[in-house]
Order: sequence, then structure tokens, then C-alpha cells
Amino acid sequence: MGIPTEKEWKEALAKRQGRELLERFQNASVAVCGLGGLGSCIALCLARAGIGKLILIDYDRVDLSNLHRQQYKPKQIGLFKTDALAENLKEINPYIRLETITEKITDDNFFKLLKNAQIVCEAFDDPEAKAVLVNGVLEKFPEKYLIAASGMAGLESANSIHTRKVMRHFYLCGDECSDVENSIGLTASRVMICASHQAHMVLRILAEKKDA
Amino acid sequence: MVTVNGAEKDLSGKTLAEYLMLADYNARRVAVERNGEIVPRAQYEETILKDGDTLEVVSFVGGG
Repeated sequence: MGIPTEKEWKEALAKRQGRELLERFQNASVAVCGLGGLGSCIALCLARAGIGKLILIDYDRVDLSNLHRQQYKPKQIGLFKTDALAENLKEINPYIRLETITEKITDDNFFKLLKNAQIVCEAFDDPEAKAVLVNGVLEKFPEKYLIAASGMAGLESANSIHTRKVMRHFYLCGDECSDVENSIGLTASRVMICASHQAHMVLRILAEKKDA
Repeated sequence: MVTVNGAEKDLSGKTLAEYLMLADYNARRVAVERNGEIVPRAQYEETILKDGDTLEVVSFVGGG
């Protein structure tokens, strides 16, 4: 069987989600900042759910050390994560609209890169970069929804990962304490739980269910 | 008293930067809301805490 047409695709999604919800998902534009363990998994969930447009931002390339938790394949080692993830997402959802930005987010390009996103997902690895992005979005784009992550390393319980509404438009996912520096590192399973919390909050916001 | 992440603390008169250092936060890894508004990072030094203030401090750890 060939790839379904766009019409068939949307009909199938509408049957599961209902037309109204699908329309909200289709009209949404979500930025994923950082395409590592969190970002690549968030993007996958959102592509499957039928989000209309993803803005994928990362300056890095796929490395062998990423493959234990990030949604890339061995043959993609060396590619920019933006290009590799776009390829993988198109295989999953051929009709998703993707904007790939292979740049580091800085104070200079911040406004330009994020201005078209309705919801921003922070998916960086480095805690200082996380804080810069979160403060930047809260200061410069107070009306956008922001979903950040902190604490998902190691083999602590899966059940300690949660979503918390911190401020009016700011949600935080993770256990808020498991630092990658003090643990065995990151496991695909626990990072995916945290990424799924983030992706799920995106869908809940779009469905007007705005509590955590 | 100042309420920080739900707990009351005697911080009146201290600056936000002083409190963060006292509580062992790394100021480069936090976001702070004061009375429902984000405090810009450049204003931590000059933000003086008052009785009745409510602070929410979010601290980021590594991993993603």
C-alpha cells in the first residue's frame, strides 16, 4: 500500500480526535528548542498527533553518543539534527510543516526565531542554556506558552516525573532534582517520560485544558 | 515575611541576588517570579524584597 493522501490522513486523525481538536492541532505552531533526548521525542509525539507546524531548532550534529536516547539512526551520524529529525518526522507524518533552524539561539536572533511559535518547548541539556531560554521567553514573549524541563537523569522512579504549572503561561516537567552530573547519565526511558509530559502539555493547552 | 516556593522566610530588606546566594542557588540557572511577574535577570541585584512578597524560584539541573 502506498502513502495515504493528505485527505485520507486527516480523515483518519479526525476519526480519532474529532474535527474540532484536529483543527486546533493543525493550526498550531510549536517551537522545539534543542533536538536531543527531549526535543527529538517531543517532536515525534507532536508529529503523530497531527500538529500543523513544528519549528525545529538545534545547531548540533547527530553523534554516536546520542543514539541511546535520541530519535536518530546510525546512518544519520554526522548529519545536522535539524535535517535528520526532519527526515524522520516526514516518514512518520508526510504532511507536517517543518521549519528547521540550524543555529544557536542567542540574544540577537531570539526574537526572530521564536516570534511565529504559539507554544515554545525548552529541550536543552545545559542548565544555564535552559535558564537563558526560559528567562528570555518569559521576559520577551509573556503571552506565549512555555513548557520547560528540569530533572530526568538516572534511574530514579519513573513516577517522580511530573508537570507543574509554575506561572500563568509557564509549565515545568521533570522531577526538578535529578542532575545529569550526579547520576549514571540519561536513559531513553526516563527522558522519554519527561518529553512525553512536555508534548502532552502542548496538546492539553491546545485543547484548552490548561491546568497541569 | 516573604513567601518563597510556599515557605515563609524572613527576607525583608534583602535583595533577590542576596537571597539566591544565601539559599545556595546558582543565579545563572534560575528563573524567578515575584508577585506573579518574571524578574528580569538584570534586575536581581536591585530587586529589594518586601514583607508580603511571594517568590517562585525555579532552578534548572542538567539533562535533556
